[in-house]
Amino acid sequence: MPDIIANMAGTIFKVLVQVEDKVEPGQDVIILESMKMEIPIQAETAGTVTEVKVEEGEFVNEGGVLVVLE
Amino acid sequence: MLEKVLVANRGEIACRVIRACKELAIPSVAVYSDADKDMPHAKLADEAYQIGPPPVVQSYLVQDRIIEVARESGAQGIHPGYGLLAENPEFAERVANEGLVWIGPPADAIRAMGIKTEAREMMRDAGVPIIPGITSCVLNADGAREVADDLGYPVMMKACAGGGGIGMQTVNEPSEMDDAFTSCSRRAETFFADGSIYLEKLIVGARHVEIQVLADDHGNTVHLNERECSVQRRHQKVVEEAPSPAVNPALRTRMGEVACRAAEAIGYRNAGTVEFLMAPDKGFYFLEMNTRLQVEHPITEMTTGIDIVKQQLAIAAGEPISFSQEDVGINGHAIEMRIYAEDPVRFLPSPGTITRLRFPEGEGIRVDTGVVEGNTVTPFYDPLLAKMCVWGPDRAAAIERGLEALEATELEGLKNNIPLHKQVLDHPVFRSGELNTSFIEEHITGGS
Repeated sequence: MPDIIANMAGTIFKVLVQVEDKVEPGQDVIILESMKMEIPIQAETAGTVTEVKVEEGEFVNEGGVLVVLE
Repeated sequence: MLEKVLVANRGEIACRVIRACKELAIPSVAVYSDADKDMPHAKLADEAYQIGPPPVVQSYLVQDRIIEVARESGAQGIHPGYGLLAENPEFAERVANEGLVWIGPPADAIRAMGIKTEAREMMRDAGVPIIPGITSCVLNADGAREVADDLGYPVMMKACAGGGGIGMQTVNEPSEMDDAFTSCSRRAETFFADGSIYLEKLIVGARHVEIQVLADDHGNTVHLNERECSVQRRHQKVVEEAPSPAVNPALRTRMGEVACRAAEAIGYRNAGTVEFLMAPDKGFYFLEMNTRLQVEHPITEMTTGIDIVKQQLAIAAGEPISFSQEDVGINGHAIEMRIYAEDPVRFLPSPGTITRLRFPEGEGIRVDTGVVEGNTVTPFYDPLLAKMCVWGPDRAAAIERGLEALEATELEGLKNNIPLHKQVLDHPVFRSGELNTSFIEEHITGGS
């Protein structure tokens, strides 16, 4: 199962899921804020959240892992 | 005149304000985050103070630190630019309470315009036309449906505490109401920590036309004509022009009078902008008031010859506005193109290092920028790299000059929206002046 990664550098604005949540493809899981724009990051596949790697307010680089699915 | 001014902002607007200070021989003080130490605004001012780590909540929004720098540097006034602390009434109040001069409107005026439903009510009572709709919030989808039945579909759903287009949603028919209410309310809760929403009638094919106003402490309120800002993406402006192709002298006078009345109704001082939606039949309706210097102020300066930032500094120092309404004319036509570090097709931000940067210079071209070649554009701040403004004796001449200026610009190292601007200016619909806020969506793909 592919991890959900940040497609650009930015600050975590909102974490929308928690461990054990089931997600659907296309569901927003994280809102990233980059250059004053809120960018929703979506799950590409269905799965269950096993780990949320980031906290709100944290800075992530492009390619950083945000959420692990199983 | 003020003796020393701290500019509590960054980027092009900080540079703009510092330049005005220099021209008035007012010493200026810049503040900068760790990410901005090599940026032009930190070097242009007479003094510069480091205020914290890159994120704005740890630097440009830290009120204590900014007040401390004002004290340490001996600044007498604080200019907030736009964004950041510019529309924060608590900060405006605090600056005043500290015995410093706030170069902006009174805190009460900022507050009055901050809650959109209350602003609508206040404007209606002052005789300013508002978009048909309600001036209180609805609690649930059933309540929203009731209001929409009265107004007639389609309707626009908005956050009560919102602004700047965030969370706005069109509802075309009753069956869409449940989903729309849930998502709009959730977005409002996420972004403004207040999930309440209200409804307005959707005005199909509307333009965005705004009036620049100035008010001083001596009872003078004047307007500096309109700006047309219909060319938007994600409800954010991309290209603005003055005057509007849709406004004739009689309508200008009427809109200007209404805007001045709106400002007077809330005890406004300093520079502000009253935004209107204009229906295809030229009926105009209050949208919101921006209680600060506006990004697109240069096109008003280029067509009126009035330096708005210098007027702001003078008004804040207690001086009267240096001209009267009859002195405000319109000379030619000006267009502003906002050059953003963003993918021109998907509109996603594109941070990176600017490896080459050359802007054209010459008659009728003004570029307000806050970056130079070699600067790194970070993810921490907004993507505006520069405002390229062009002037011509008429609209067609301004468009031609704009296209030439875009062609002559060299910008490498990050994705940017210059290709989009070329498409906009060259588009037959843009050239015709028949604009509405869906123009980009309907006509522009953004590719080169």
